[in-house]
Amino acid sequence: MDSVIEALPRFWDGFTTTLFLAVVSGVLSLVFGTILATFRVSPLKSLRIVGATIVEIGRNTPLTLVFIFFVFILPSMGYILPLGRVPAIIALTVYTSAFVCEAVRSGINSVSVGQAEAARAIGLGSTQTLSLVVLPQALRTVVPPLINVLIALTKNTSVAAGFAVVELTATGRGLARDYPADVLWMLLGVAFFYLLITIPAGTLAGYIERKVVFSR
Amino acid sequence: MEHSGSTAAAGSLGDPLVELKGVNKHFGELHVLQDIDLTVRRGEVLVVIGPSGSGKSTLCRAINRLETIDDGEILIDGQRLPEEGKGLAQLRADVGMVFQSFNLFAHKTVLENVTLGPVKVRGTKTAAAKEEAMTLLERVGVANQARKMPAQLSGGQQQRVAIARALAMRPKVMLFDEPTSALDPEMINEVLDVMVQLASEGMTMVVVTHEMGFARKAAHRVVFMDAGQIVEEAEPEKFFTDPESERAQDFLSKILTH
Ligand SMILES: Nc1ncnc2c1ncn2[C@@H]1O[C@H](COP(=O)(O)OP(=O)(O)O)[C@@H](O)[C@H]1O
Ligand SMILES: [Mg+2]
Repeated sequence: MDSVIEALPRFWDGFTTTLFLAVVSGVLSLVFGTILATFRVSPLKSLRIVGATIVEIGRNTPLTLVFIFFVFILPSMGYILPLGRVPAIIALTVYTSAFVCEAVRSGINSVSVGQAEAARAIGLGSTQTLSLVVLPQALRTVVPPLINVLIALTKNTSVAAGFAVVELTATGRGLARDYPADVLWMLLGVAFFYLLITIPAGTLAGYIERKVVFSR
Repeated sequence: MEHSGSTAAAGSLGDPLVELKGVNKHFGELHVLQDIDLTVRRGEVLVVIGPSGSGKSTLCRAINRLETIDDGEILIDGQRLPEEGKGLAQLRADVGMVFQSFNLFAHKTVLENVTLGPVKVRGTKTAAAKEEAMTLLERVGVANQARKMPAQLSGGQQQRVAIARALAMRPKVMLFDEPTSALDPEMINEVLDVMVQLASEGMTMVVVTHEMGFARKAAHRVVFMDAGQIVEEAEPEKFFTDPESERAQDFLSKILTH
């Protein structure tokens, strides 16, 4: 136990790095995922194809492979990224955006077409129809699945441990090596700090879900 | 000029406002609109009647381009319907539409439903839009519901809000696609009354409905559609008492027997 307390500053560093990766990639993924979703429901076929292609690549590629691409392959082609957090955030964002997109798109599809038709009938353009009428209704149904995507993202940040980012999992690995007698405690400590992010997120999801349910 | 039983006077009608010329539309194999020629004049109230599946909704939706057409042309106030983009949105703003299923914006209050278009499309100031919206809600008899969400209103109230929402854009013409078919019988008249009132104020209207009372009271002309074609056009009294075509006779005998 004492060793856990001794290791607390290292846990804390790992935790804040994980939180940083999760929050920054989370916000970016929400933005890009929503933009991708608007591509996928666009009246323009070319945008739909671009959206679908990006989503299928993001969804069907293992996250480690996405990391390898941004950490090793892209620099080898001459696109040098600063090491560490930046390629990790890019990889996590590319990967997570695809899932955000699909969640938002299913939310958009859950809004009846009559809503969009009524919006167009009063003269709203397609962007206004989406932003003023469809998306606000879609986002309400989309909050619970989105939180699940963000919880998955939090856990996925651990992949960055393999790519020179000392976040929670890398910290745990280091601590397990430095305190071989207390490996179990160190791993429990790591798990505890992940739960410190995911459990509040899940609670928030439940709260928002109750709050935004409305009758159609 | 007042013809028997009808309040509508065809003599006072203005220039062509909605013109369909040789309009054709297919859904795959199905030829839903077949060479439709139709002119609605300013101030005219046109009732479109016909069996289910005959293409009435498609006709309405083509007029504000919620459906594209394969060939022919549609003019609103002399202007061709633009293909897409800003021009189309502006033109749609001039054409009010009332749907069978109301389609009020579910996440907005009754008042916000009515002000959204004027504020976002016409650029009206919010305060002015609210004031005008309240006047319109007053006119359709639901001003006391202004702060409620659509789902808290009865069907008849929702449809009257939908009419107010369309009117808020100060449209040149109003399209109604079976506005009372989704309503419980006791609510039909409250909506029809609003429509009759609107007609008497000189609004140009295209109304898909089987409500003969409305047609007799307010329409200048009835158009009978069957299988994608306009089969017959007549004044309401003539159409309901002495239809020319066998298809119209057959259809009327079916809706009159119950
Ligand atoms: N989006 C669509 N895709 C395929 N067929 C359609 C579509 N909308 C309508 N139809 C068909 O077109 C025909 C005419 O429909 P509609 O205009 O709704 O008729 P009405 O309003 O007179 O009942 C019907 O046979 C209907 O099934
Ligand atoms: Mg119909």
